[in-house]
Amino acid sequence: MLAILAGFLKQAIIQGIPLLFGSTGEIITEKSGNLNLGIPGIMYIGGISGVIGAYFYEKHGDVDNALLCVLVPFLTSILGSVIMSLIYCFLTVTMKANQNVTGLALTTFGVGVGNFFGGSLTSLFGGEGGHIALNATGKYYQATLPFADKLGLFGETFLSFGFLAYLAIFISLVASWYLNHTRSGLNLRAVGENPATADAAGVNVTLYKYVATCVGGAIAGLGGLYFIMDYIGGSWTNGGFGDRGWLAIALVIFALWKPKFSILGSILFGGLYIVYLYIPGLSRNSQELFKMLPYIVTIIVLIFTSIRKKRENQPPQSLGLTYFREER
Amino acid sequence: MANVAIELNNLTKTFGKVVANKNVSISVNKGEILSILGENGSGKTTLMNMIAGIYYPDSGSIRINGEDVTIRSPKDAFDLKIGMIHQHFKLVDVFSATENIVLGIDNQKYNIKVAEKSIRETCDKYGFEIDLNKKIYDMSVSEKQTVEIVKVLYRGADILILDEPTAVLTPQEITKLFAVLRRMRDDGKAIIIITHKLNEVLEISDRVSVLRKGEYIGTVETKDATEQSLTEMMVGEKISLDIDRPEPHDTTDRLIVKGVDCFNAEGVKVLDDITFTAKSGEILGIAGIAGSGQRELLEAVAGLQKLSGGEIIYKDPTSGKDENLRNKTPNEIKNLGVRLSFVPEDRLGMGLVGNMGIADNMMLRSYKKGKSFFLERKEPKSLANKIITDLKVVTPDANTPVRRLSGGNVQKVLVGREIAASPTVLMAAYPVRGLDINSSYTIYNLLTEQKEKGVAVIFVGEDLDVLIELCDRILVLSGGRVTGIVDGRSAKKEELGILMTKGKGGDTNE
Repeated sequence: MLAILAGFLKQAIIQGIPLLFGSTGEIITEKSGNLNLGIPGIMYIGGISGVIGAYFYEKHGDVDNALLCVLVPFLTSILGSVIMSLIYCFLTVTMKANQNVTGLALTTFGVGVGNFFGGSLTSLFGGEGGHIALNATGKYYQATLPFADKLGLFGETFLSFGFLAYLAIFISLVASWYLNHTRSGLNLRAVGENPATADAAGVNVTLYKYVATCVGGAIAGLGGLYFIMDYIGGSWTNGGFGDRGWLAIALVIFALWKPKFSILGSILFGGLYIVYLYIPGLSRNSQELFKMLPYIVTIIVLIFTSIRKKRENQPPQSLGLTYFREER
Repeated sequence: MANVAIELNNLTKTFGKVVANKNVSISVNKGEILSILGENGSGKTTLMNMIAGIYYPDSGSIRINGEDVTIRSPKDAFDLKIGMIHQHFKLVDVFSATENIVLGIDNQKYNIKVAEKSIRETCDKYGFEIDLNKKIYDMSVSEKQTVEIVKVLYRGADILILDEPTAVLTPQEITKLFAVLRRMRDDGKAIIIITHKLNEVLEISDRVSVLRKGEYIGTVETKDATEQSLTEMMVGEKISLDIDRPEPHDTTDRLIVKGVDCFNAEGVKVLDDITFTAKSGEILGIAGIAGSGQRELLEAVAGLQKLSGGEIIYKDPTSGKDENLRNKTPNEIKNLGVRLSFVPEDRLGMGLVGNMGIADNMMLRSYKKGKSFFLERKEPKSLANKIITDLKVVTPDANTPVRRLSGGNVQKVLVGREIAASPTVLMAAYPVRGLDINSSYTIYNLLTEQKEKGVAVIFVGEDLDVLIELCDRILVLSGGRVTGIVDGRSAKKEELGILMTKGKGGDTNE
């Protein structure tokens, strides 16, 4: 029984990691007042950019160099996500376009671009049906701590992940500390709450929005990279990422815009996401009902926080609004 | 002259076709309080925003301590030691006072504890009392203002700009604020204060500069000025500062309030045994320190408050029957002709939709009348145009979003709409809050006009002088109790002041 629970917990964590990346990134973005609904697209791009990097590195580089095998896809993934985030920022911050529309468009765009390159790479790879396998780089991403399997159930449950999983938790903790204990974090929160106030206090609103959105996008994109390189083990399938991007956005709400809450939240969501595998006797149809669970939990949390009306648990006040300094 | 802190030369700023400021030249000395006086929309705030770096002037120059400067952003303004306290406070609601005060300062190590200590020193120096750990959303208007002032002082501002700082304060808070301003002046700061309350201008400032429709009219020494002379400069013509008060005639009892009790959400008794009668054809004034139960009383009549005792009898002039309003829904009460026009601190908060035009906002009140599926725009549109002409609302047309109008004009739309519903009881709470002289008098005349038509008018006001001039009878509230009902014609300000603080020691609890 314990072994099953431990196994479930491990799977929950694995499922939770992409969500954790996505939600941490989105929290940082939203703290600047940018409601980036392009996150699913950005995570998708984060994945495919990593795949592109890995593909060309495997083809032309030295596959025995562990550092480069990890670094090249890592950097190309960040590059892809940042380009997407810059598009979002340019449209919403500089051109003052509507954030919701821009975000949704970016998601559609990201998935489309991902599938396009996925398809092209597949034909280059010579594979069938939109499938690429990058085992050489993937194995470095999957590498665990050498002593993990010597620690029994504990090691199996908590230490058997690739480095990206720990990076996700580390980033989350750093983000939490940054938002609450640094001057720059205070400024960022002020920008998201009330940009006019921040502006009047001398904070560069545009700069903060750009940087927060790009850093947030890069972090979220790593969620896509983790999914492809570690969870799948270096193979790309068109559409394989599923609805994890939206789940990450739901997790932001669930975590009440607090990165440290999203660590536990991601494990819960990950667990709910796969709990159907552990319940015997489900048909394909009833499985789908169980996949709704994370969203239902989010709605319940939303209801509770709005009943309690605690101001600290609400979204940043000017979330989703574009800021014009000279508007009357 | 080395003593000049800031000098504006021929500043001009246009928004599209609207000229907000045209060749405005003003200077302020160190250790001086300058008032900037002007009607709503005369460009006072725009001018100040150019100094604070929110707007950038189209032409003209700004000199600080004798040197030409360019202020492109609020940060530039801070670096030049200019601090502005905006009319709509620039504070982050979920932050504590300390966090708001240190926001944007980047030349010291980030440490809330240390910052708190040095903020405390600033507070002590000028005599501010403030809880630095309190969150802004828990604060009263006056506390928020204190935070704003401490914020600019803490940043070392030498030139302070206050945009209508007294608009939302109680008389006691205003006295406190003025004491602080004088202390800062004596400390050598240059202070610019925007207001349109003439008595305050005369009380606090050393000199007065007047703007009219974006143009600079002139500057006078306060000691040479009178209310009358300033008004003439401001409006450009002689206007009478007397309110016309015809004798009430054919008065009948319209609204009889008997022993009304009411508790608020926290279980505090906010109305205690309120008894009075409002008569048709007269204006009943309600005086009291802010938060003495004015709001609850009006809401009780309008059916928006749950009463725990007493009754409110409405004598219906058409049917002649007595109706007990306590058993009716707000909608039924409204249909009887009882209208509440409450002007809150946030003008757009009550019943006006910022992004809709005046005509569409008119429809918000009449939407239930429509029978057909499609919108009937003709009637609201003509009503909107009538309000625009009658109340001299400054707007390009009836379809311009209300949000774009200046505060005073928004207020006229709000009051005009309630009056247009031809009520039998008209309750107006603070209808002239933040309005300039001319607009205020328009509103007073409107209320008097309604009274002449036989409407029972209930007017909640802040300015005792106005209450005494406008109202036939004045009811004084203190701590949720009626401490007296006096005749408006023979009432003395001092007498009202004593009644207002009776029983509660005059503390302000809002």
